[in-house]
Amino acid sequence: MAGNNPNSKPMNLTLKVWRQKNTKATGRLETYQVKDISPEMSFLEMLDVLNEDLLRSGQDPIAFDHDCREGICGMCSLYINGRAHGPERGTTTCQLHMRKFADGDTITIEPWRATPFPILKDLAVDRSALDRIQQAGGYISVNTGGVPDANEIPIPKSIADKAFDAATCIQCGACVAACKNGSAMLFTSAKVSQLAMLPQGKVERKTRVENMVAQMDIEGFGSCTNIGSCAAECPVGISLENIAMLNREFISAKLTSENL
Amino acid sequence: MILDSKIPEGPLAEKWDKHKFNVKLVNPANKRKYDIIVVGTGLAGASAAATLAELGYNVKAFCFQDSPRRAHSIAAQGGINAAKNYQNDGDSVYRLFYDTIKGGDYRAREANVYRLAQVSVNIIDQCVAQGVPFAREYGGLLANRSFGGAQVSRTFYARGQTGQQLLLGAYSALNRQIAYGKVKMYPRTEMLDLVMVDGKARGIVTRHLITGEIQSHSAHAVILATGGYGNVFFLSTNAMGSNATAAWRAYKKGALFANPCFTQIHPTCIPVSGGYQSKLTLMSESLRNDGRVWVPKAVGDNRAPGDIPEAERDYFLERKYPSFGNLVPRDVASRNAKLACDEGRGVGTTKLAVYLDFADAIKRDGLDAISQKYGNLFEMYAKITGENPYEQPMRIYPAVHYTMGGLWVDYNLMTTVPGLYATGECNFSDHGANRLGASALMQGLADGYFVIPYTIGDYLAQMPAARIEPTHPAFKEAEAAVRADVDRLLSINGTRTVDEFHKALGQIMWDYCGMARNAEGLQFAKKEIQKLRAEFWNDVKVVGTNEELNITLEKAGRVADFLELGELMVDDALNRNESCGGHFREEYQTPENEALRDDENYTYVAAWEYTGPNQQPALHKEELKFENVKLTQRSYK
Repeated sequence: MAGNNPNSKPMNLTLKVWRQKNTKATGRLETYQVKDISPEMSFLEMLDVLNEDLLRSGQDPIAFDHDCREGICGMCSLYINGRAHGPERGTTTCQLHMRKFADGDTITIEPWRATPFPILKDLAVDRSALDRIQQAGGYISVNTGGVPDANEIPIPKSIADKAFDAATCIQCGACVAACKNGSAMLFTSAKVSQLAMLPQGKVERKTRVENMVAQMDIEGFGSCTNIGSCAAECPVGISLENIAMLNREFISAKLTSENL
Repeated sequence: MILDSKIPEGPLAEKWDKHKFNVKLVNPANKRKYDIIVVGTGLAGASAAATLAELGYNVKAFCFQDSPRRAHSIAAQGGINAAKNYQNDGDSVYRLFYDTIKGGDYRAREANVYRLAQVSVNIIDQCVAQGVPFAREYGGLLANRSFGGAQVSRTFYARGQTGQQLLLGAYSALNRQIAYGKVKMYPRTEMLDLVMVDGKARGIVTRHLITGEIQSHSAHAVILATGGYGNVFFLSTNAMGSNATAAWRAYKKGALFANPCFTQIHPTCIPVSGGYQSKLTLMSESLRNDGRVWVPKAVGDNRAPGDIPEAERDYFLERKYPSFGNLVPRDVASRNAKLACDEGRGVGTTKLAVYLDFADAIKRDGLDAISQKYGNLFEMYAKITGENPYEQPMRIYPAVHYTMGGLWVDYNLMTTVPGLYATGECNFSDHGANRLGASALMQGLADGYFVIPYTIGDYLAQMPAARIEPTHPAFKEAEAAVRADVDRLLSINGTRTVDEFHKALGQIMWDYCGMARNAEGLQFAKKEIQKLRAEFWNDVKVVGTNEELNITLEKAGRVADFLELGELMVDDALNRNESCGGHFREEYQTPENEALRDDENYTYVAAWEYTGPNQQPALHKEELKFENVKLTQRSYK
């Protein structure tokens, strides 16, 4: 069955895939050949095909994280040919399609590499450090119930739209993987600025930024040196402006800190 | 067994308030003595876990993903309904209630649905207070759009990512409680059994997906918020990991499973492109606000869409349903798309697709306006298909999306197992035979934020606070059974992969228990599933060990459960000799091919009881009483 393009020809590819038994084991790149790959396939479907072949011959399939396969859950990762989420801009690995590659290509597939993201197996890494940054302050402290009517807090559309843009971060960790310092600034700043922009979030803005930045340091993420590869590789287009906003929030919080 | 729905007495509009007053309360100082397990961290689970922790209970929350924020609620696109009537267009709690009952083809409980409509307004307030960036008008107030099955604009949205933003709101509330130590979070952990002590749910057995560790967790009550079972079909809009294992294992421990054959086939998904296809991607229903659905009038018209003149196009939804047009409910839209393709008027190379065309909307409102509303959906479509939907119509086809059936629950959302609750898509209670668009998010959050926090207290207030340790023999026994299942899967070492079995099951389900069903096909499917299940246990190939990240082993356990659940869906579809909502039995249709209900004989919830391995389940009926709404033939003409 062909998709929309009946002329698309199947491809044969060479894959170099990082295999690592567990966190402690030493890993290495293994070479695999995949044949008759349809350009209509997604990148992960291509890996599914390889895994089915491996299984049939009694070999351990390649472990990689994935879930929604719609580019929104943030569970997929993969460093493809030296790029976080592969060659297509603004695209998660699960939305990357094989039509972006050519017959005969060699594709190198590695896990996210950053100290706070230990490898669990093959291409799957532990990103729980990002959850802990969120737990340090990525919320507005309201309990369920007892809140005002939704329309009692008018928010200018331009602010709401900007807050939305920051809120679309999918927590995949590509920004960290793409950064030569392994910094989580883009990730952290997205949440800090979303909540700092909204009237509901202003109450806790100082403690929030202080606590989230502190947690970032505890987890061992590197410093930001304004290279910008994070934003360039971000699959959902989180803007560098958020980092500027975080810095502004952080300095102003420190100057007038309530954490005495 | 008598199914007691525990619907409170009194007029519809007063039932919930009255019930809230009548339920027993747990003293604030005593709440910390009670432990509650929440399985699943989507909208229903995360909201429940956070709210119960805020109240003072100790919560243990579990998800199989690496972070609670990845639960598949995150992928919901279009919006969330609420009877705010901010648009002054005639909406009300009663209208939302009525639309939902009618949309569900009169197979849902009045009292539950009315409560859902009532609390819908609180959900929006809660989410805004959490910082959820809903779409707004220039005056700073919230914007709305309309969805299928409604003639008012009551859907709140955050571009095409409403589920994401709502889940991140619930996730942030959950994070706050994790930081306080009131919620202990267990990511990458899968529930594999329910543990009962003295006839009550007292805990679960889990497997850690990285280490393989099998562990027991005890509590005073267990909430399953584990979503639906659409992945029985292999191809669906569910996430790859979405599964029915927790609900199914609870069923095997005595929780009744209600209306399993009620599955929703969503009309607007990107069509299948090949046999390697791993999942299907939804294009939000909101697109039907501006997109027009059509196929060529002539059979076998192979011209490009742009070459087909207006007069030779059939806008079949607008033609057949002039008052709702492209915004008919999902079951109606899906069935009509299938009919058009069955007639040989499908489009694209597979001929299993219809067009969803935005040319008129772009001409009317401009490219910018359309891109503002649907930009991310158009982008997603372009990435997957390699086509530009601004220039040529989208090709869409129905796909399995949601399951209205689920664990049977009473008005308190408790299953037939005392102390075991089911919320969100995991239960059956609110959507009848067809769910309206933007109502899944509403129900998940209603259950978690505003229903379960009240009703669970009623149960806990009546039980002693003494804890049962996970070293209790009931836990050890359940652990041993889980371990034995794992060992059995690992020891078969057959020749066929788990995915091969899953795909084979999906094909049977889609062909015989999908958009259209008939008795003969269903009987055939039942035998095929039994055969496939026997083959699975003889010939499946699972490599590796338990004590590692073993993706094949995880999948094998889930598919083993799907192979049983699929048969129950078929049983239920065979039993229901009528057509209603998403359940379309070809034998029962009107001359216009609409679903023909049999209210005299089937105005009931079919709740199935497990009776043992490979045994025919027992059917129990909960009669549905309609005291406020008159049952009519649904008409969207």
